[in-house]
Amino acid sequence: MNLFAEITEGTRISWEAVRANLLRSVLTTLGIVIGIVTVTLMATAMEALDYAFRDAISFIGTDVLYVDTREWFIDSDTKWETMAKRSKITLPQVRAVEEGMNMAKGVAPSVMHGIESVRYKNRSSGLVLLIGTNEQFLVTGGITLSAGRFMTKAEAAGNRDICVVGADVAEKLFLTESPLGQKIHAGSESLEVVGVLEKRGSVMGGMSLDNQIVIPIGKMFRGFKWDPSCTIQVKVGDPANVASAREELRGLLRKIRRVPPGKDDDFAINQQEQLIGQFKKVSGVIATAGFFITGLSLFVGGIGIMNIMFVSVAERTHEIGIRKAIGAKRRTILLQFLIEAASICLIGGIIALLIAGGLVEISRHFFPTMRIGLSPTVVLLALAVALATGIISGFLPAWRAARMSPVDALRNE
Amino acid sequence: MSLIRLDAICRHYVMGSETVYALRGVSLTIERGEYVAIMGPSGSGKSTLMNVLGCLDTPSSGTYELNGHSVGEMDDNELAEIRNREIGFVFQTFNLLARSSALRNVELPLIYSGMGLDERREVALAALRDVGLADRVTHKPNEMSGGQRQRVAVARALVNKPSILLADEPTGNLDTRTGQEILELFQSLSDKGNTLIVVTHEEEVARHARRIIRIRDGLVASDERVVV
Repeated sequence: MNLFAEITEGTRISWEAVRANLLRSVLTTLGIVIGIVTVTLMATAMEALDYAFRDAISFIGTDVLYVDTREWFIDSDTKWETMAKRSKITLPQVRAVEEGMNMAKGVAPSVMHGIESVRYKNRSSGLVLLIGTNEQFLVTGGITLSAGRFMTKAEAAGNRDICVVGADVAEKLFLTESPLGQKIHAGSESLEVVGVLEKRGSVMGGMSLDNQIVIPIGKMFRGFKWDPSCTIQVKVGDPANVASAREELRGLLRKIRRVPPGKDDDFAINQQEQLIGQFKKVSGVIATAGFFITGLSLFVGGIGIMNIMFVSVAERTHEIGIRKAIGAKRRTILLQFLIEAASICLIGGIIALLIAGGLVEISRHFFPTMRIGLSPTVVLLALAVALATGIISGFLPAWRAARMSPVDALRNE
Repeated sequence: MSLIRLDAICRHYVMGSETVYALRGVSLTIERGEYVAIMGPSGSGKSTLMNVLGCLDTPSSGTYELNGHSVGEMDDNELAEIRNREIGFVFQTFNLLARSSALRNVELPLIYSGMGLDERREVALAALRDVGLADRVTHKPNEMSGGQRQRVAVARALVNKPSILLADEPTGNLDTRTGQEILELFQSLSDKGNTLIVVTHEEEVARHARRIIRIRDGLVASDERVVV
């Protein structure tokens, strides 16, 4: 008897058995249902979180390197102290990087400074983030404009009194008026608006990317923040070249900042990957804990299946005897009961997916901005887990059935 | 070559601290086409002998050759195959699958021997026709009379064209008239050249056979031909 025929026959017998005990099968499957619902929701939540995070940090750009005196993630106090002692990154150093880098599509300095408000006529914006930079910020920051233009090289170099405002700032100060050509007041400075940034939303529901005003870097140095340390943004352009560009940048910076050979870097090159790495660390912990709990409920469900399969085998001992007398081999009987256990669990898996689908639909109404949905991967994962649980927990009962002696089994009426 | 050759077959069971000697050295040969009755009171070992003959059980010692196969050395799966191809069982309690139709019950040995769907349907239908149940193929066992059930069992036993038909008290659960019908069916099967072994304690049943082997205390007590 070939395997395929055995599987079809086994499937037929199992479905008959499941149908004959439908209520019992469905009740048994409850543990599996709960387990699979948790697996599915966990996996869906992880996917949604992952997507939301990547979406949120996409403004950083996968191919942009950020040179700073500090690393984004500092894991010890001593590291913090040495980093705090490092010398500032100055504008001439930025210029040297711009001239020296071969693999960069754009190099822009940036200095950020929060100010309490900017004013236009009698309106005030509230807290705003000022970004001092040059014309290449358009490239490195991945920025698009909804109106007007970005600053020019001449404006950046000449420290002109101009600015490009974020969507929120434009809305608050100008309401329906066109901001272009108007003058806004920030501290003692008066700046002409030449462009408005496209709306970009916020980072994970927190910091808004639209509450910004971009000004020439020289303006920042003179009007707002005296002698700050710059961050250098280096746009590589091709994600495949990021690693080599990073090496080039590092060598260049060591030369510019005169780091003697053998000494550690006195600067840090940050990139999006670090953020993702950090996120993965956190989400990994959540996932491990979540799947452990899920595993427990599946384990309990599996025990339930094992239990009911032992009952099923005991109930059908006589039938097993008949089948063996007629020529069923061990494998045939084993498969028959394995398929029965797997079928019960698959039914559980399908019920669980329906429930999870409903819950996901509901959660969509609560988190309308998040992209949540049952992905095909999660559906397949859920069914595979259900199937595996069935096979694992059905194995012992099926093995017992397969090994029965036909004489003893036949005697059992 | 004999169809069945038993040589000094012993079978004992260990039950707790006691050892039960069910067979104590049975030797006999059965030729192709014979119609044999095995008789004996309960506890004589005739059921054990029938289990050994039917390859449901293996002897503790001694050799058993069935159709040239040495059964004693076979593992579980090989025994299953022998039962499937060489032996057809008819039980006292019919032992049909309750939830399956007559047709499916008869198909079962064919499924296990790996026959394709269309062919096995045809073969199973023919077997049911041969026992006079052509109009009952979709009936389940509980929708049939005892005699009809036993006919389904006979059809199932014969469907794989086995070397032996092995019947254990085949009329035990039937009234006299239906029992007679089954015995007539056996007679006609024997006339067609089938090898039949019937285990029974009823003289009436045994009288149909051509040879009666009596078992007592795990040994062959007598082995005689019936003069017709």
